[in-house]
Amino acid sequence: MTKSELVAALATADSTLTRRHAEIVVNTIFAVMAEALVEGDRIEIRGFGSFQVRTHSPRMGRNPKTGEPVPIGSRRVPFFRVGKELRERVDGEV
Amino acid sequence: MTKADIIEAVYEQIGFSKKEAADVVELVFETMKDTLSEGEKIKISGFGNFVVRDKKARVGRNPQTGDPLTIEARRVLTFKPSQVLKDALNEASDG
Repeated sequence: MTKSELVAALATADSTLTRRHAEIVVNTIFAVMAEALVEGDRIEIRGFGSFQVRTHSPRMGRNPKTGEPVPIGSRRVPFFRVGKELRERVDGEV
Repeated sequence: MTKADIIEAVYEQIGFSKKEAADVVELVFETMKDTLSEGEKIKISGFGNFVVRDKKARVGRNPQTGDPLTIEARRVLTFKPSQVLKDALNEASDG
């Protein structure tokens, strides 16, 4: 499912919701979530999961083509932890 | 940030009532949960991909006792952040 398929699914599920509004809603949700992460905020969506930013320390990597060592600076990485309800549902319907 | 903050942002963005904003945000996450529960991945460009992966059974260990135990085959959800999101996080700190 892509973002536009999600938008279409929302408009289908709720007949009072126009496709345009569904699109604004989806764009707003992911924009504010991305902003929160940039600010270093943790996001918690009950039943879905939580997002937080982890800081990876600098390390020496390697250029996979040449094998030369390359310094990799400290960087911030978004990390998602699935919520209990969703974890169980994903695993349960195998 | 919680769902309430997301609802507030949607409320400010569109001329919905608080109730409508809450309902539509709920619908977005319910739709995503239903899709992922069926094993289908979700790709949100500019944010990242939610991918359902099948893990094989393997022998793990009880970290307290060191006893080997079988970890059953299971299906897990992983999130792969988009390059756009990863870059945004690092521009902010390098800035």
